[in-house]
Amino acid sequence: MKLPGARQLALPAAVLAFGIFLPLLAPAYRTQMAFLWVMIVFALTWDLLGGQMGYNSFGNVLFFGVGMYACVVIQRDVHLGYYSALFLGMGAGAALATAVAALIGSGLLGLRGHYFAIGTLGIGIAAAEFTAGWDFVGGGSGMVPPLYPGAVGARESFFYYLCFAIAVFTFPVLRFLYAGRFGLAINAIRDDEDKAEAMGLRTTHYKTTAWCVSAFFLGLMGGVVGNLLGFVDPREIAFASSTYGVWMVLMAILGGKGTLWGPVLGAAVFDVTQELFWKYLLGWQRVALGLLIVVIVVFFPRGILGWARERWPERFGQRAEEPAAEGGT
Amino acid sequence: MTPILEVEHVRKSFGGVVANKDVSISVPPGKIYGLIGPNGSGKTTLFNSIVGQHPVEAGSIRFEGREITRLRVPQIARLGLLRTFQQTRIYRGMTCMQNMLISVPPSELGWRSVYRRSSAADERKAEDLLRFVGLHAKRHLPGGDLSFGQQKLLEFAMALMSEPKMLLLDEPTAGINPTLINDLLERLRQANRDFGITLLVIEHNMRVIMELAEYIYCLAHGELLAEGKPEEVQTDQRVLDAYLGAT
Amino acid sequence: MENLRLLFEAPPLSLQILLDGILIGAIFALAAYGMALVWGVTGIINVAQGELVMLGGYAAYFLYRAGIHPLLGVPVAAVLLFLLGWGLYRTVVFRVVDKDLFISILATYGLSILLQQLTNAFFGADVRTAESGFGTLVLLGGAVTIAKIKLVSFAAALLSGAALILFLKRSRMGQAIRATAQNARAARVMGIDTDRVYAWTFALNAAICGASGALVAMTWIVHPYLGLPYTVRSFMIVIIAGLGNVLGVLAAALGLGVAENFAGFILGAEYQTAFVFGLLVVILVWRRFWLARERRYLA
Repeated sequence: MKLPGARQLALPAAVLAFGIFLPLLAPAYRTQMAFLWVMIVFALTWDLLGGQMGYNSFGNVLFFGVGMYACVVIQRDVHLGYYSALFLGMGAGAALATAVAALIGSGLLGLRGHYFAIGTLGIGIAAAEFTAGWDFVGGGSGMVPPLYPGAVGARESFFYYLCFAIAVFTFPVLRFLYAGRFGLAINAIRDDEDKAEAMGLRTTHYKTTAWCVSAFFLGLMGGVVGNLLGFVDPREIAFASSTYGVWMVLMAILGGKGTLWGPVLGAAVFDVTQELFWKYLLGWQRVALGLLIVVIVVFFPRGILGWARERWPERFGQRAEEPAAEGGT
Repeated sequence: MTPILEVEHVRKSFGGVVANKDVSISVPPGKIYGLIGPNGSGKTTLFNSIVGQHPVEAGSIRFEGREITRLRVPQIARLGLLRTFQQTRIYRGMTCMQNMLISVPPSELGWRSVYRRSSAADERKAEDLLRFVGLHAKRHLPGGDLSFGQQKLLEFAMALMSEPKMLLLDEPTAGINPTLINDLLERLRQANRDFGITLLVIEHNMRVIMELAEYIYCLAHGELLAEGKPEEVQTDQRVLDAYLGAT
Repeated sequence: MENLRLLFEAPPLSLQILLDGILIGAIFALAAYGMALVWGVTGIINVAQGELVMLGGYAAYFLYRAGIHPLLGVPVAAVLLFLLGWGLYRTVVFRVVDKDLFISILATYGLSILLQQLTNAFFGADVRTAESGFGTLVLLGGAVTIAKIKLVSFAAALLSGAALILFLKRSRMGQAIRATAQNARAARVMGIDTDRVYAWTFALNAAICGASGALVAMTWIVHPYLGLPYTVRSFMIVIIAGLGNVLGVLAAALGLGVAENFAGFILGAEYQTAFVFGLLVVILVWRRFWLARERRYLA
């Protein structure tokens, strides 16, 4: 395995350092900062499916919510210490989300591109409605996770670093997937699934794996966010289709779908934009969001990195060489 | 010697139209065979039937003696029977090298090995094949940036990368600059000779197929009209009539 | 599941639910036909379809508030939505017509969010109805009641659909639309301005959504989040019936109306939209298995 050189490590190292020291810069905003990392995971997991594989999902928020509920239910019902319950819950959330993905993936992933996309449109909302009617998980009132046992102010830092850790965990896993032939396979599925099948690729297998990987990280993050916010609501938080669900799509496209850093960049830009919208356009922030999606999809579908790749293809490794001393065209 | 491909009494219709009616062909291993016929005679439909793109209503298809009539496209591809497409299909968003690297023989993409990076050996093989079709200089360009003719060559190179036992080529010279056709023919012959790949080629270009194929099947109106060595088929009155439009 | 038991114990209840389902189904058929029209002609799956319906409903509601009978709201909503559809096409949709299907799905998805949130911001999330004052019809000695407005809507929906079909068959623009649907390039070669055809198609679809929305406002309710279920319903109906099949659309739509109504009764009204979304997934998956047996891929 090729070890990355110093240049390649510079950017990740910078981001790591940034992440570690960020809460110290502005402690009052630790929850918002934690959300930056949540958004990064949202964007990365969406892009795995949408940008890299061509399966645009509008329902990924399902896994986030499943993870959140699983975690909080465990925290409520399993009588271990706070941290044990929390980590067990997170694990259960990730596992359950992955199981759900494997289950519905067997059906949904057989659908081609646009049928899949439309099929996922209502998943988040259906899950929200269903959960809102289920008393075991608090119905429409939602659930409240147990109180954090640490000192005042330690709570925000703890969950900040937990979100950060998950984001830091997600990135290299995806990087590993994209570096191998699996990455090529899902790109092939995106570009021409029929061709991929005609070449003998096990497309169903790869699609399901990608879907499950996305679900895993979303499920993992779900439990953390539920605890971070201190409240689990089926419609507004867990299965928030019209906020988180939409943002997932938007961020990946904004940053440049189909690239590794694109979603990260898109998440960072959007996180700031979203905070500004919510602060200055109160009452109209969701309208602005809708407008933003239309503008980006119509006028800027390649996103930031996609635009950069077209502008400077050589930087991205795309170049034609001189035929030099070889026979042939 | 058992033929590598045996198609027996295959029938396929779409709605009310019978695209293939009782077609039987057989291809011995290691040969280059041709499939000709006027437009609409059912050639591509036959290819689609063979590779499992759609089910057939009647008949049997055997590859290396093994019944593949009911198998699906990916399964048949994994047995070593590949096809190229009339409209030329490649992965447009990926670079030529990436197109090649994902076209390694499917048996090399195991459930664990698929997560590994491409090996240096694979990269060398890809580069060699790209050189073979004259695309080495463009290997880092996205497939979508290539001209139509270059994409056809890429598709061919990808097929070779997969080390198939047999390749069904659907109009490999269509849309290629006439001055380059001889080059392509030579490469096809080389692939057959050096890599031992059996070829079944659909062609409209008579000169090409007569030069290339050792034996030719001619379809018309969904039925097998004539078959034989190129010289025989070329002078077969029925074939001439079919092409000259006697409906 | 006591509701289920009730159905068996009181057959007129089933009749009631069945009738209500059929009556609302016609409205679904209208919106579905519009979606099929846009899809067949421009190749775009309009994810904002439901929002157009919703806006038609609001148009009728405001007319009602202004003292105009909501039935008049149907043509007025149709005209207003026609203009909106034209505007949306000319600003956004034309840019994605010839692009990847995903781009158009994402773009119309963005439009749906935008329209939804604009409505929410301007009019609030409250549920509204446009009263028609028609009263109810009582049948079977009181066992079955049908709001007369539902009968009127049913008729109005069928009439509107017929009007649209007639327009497509008889008028010049209608013929141009159908020609473009069959083969856009050939149509262009024949001198048809396909861009204009697309604009008309999208606007007509918006008009038909407006009409159905007005009917929805009268027979039921409108609120800003009405849209997505209607989009999903239209899509389901279209893929069951196929793009060119008018009677199939009607049959599928009526069937969906009935199924949904029964589900709403048995599972509870709060689960009705979840049922719709779940049914979509079930239909898509079932369809894929059915196609796999035929081993045909559509598009």
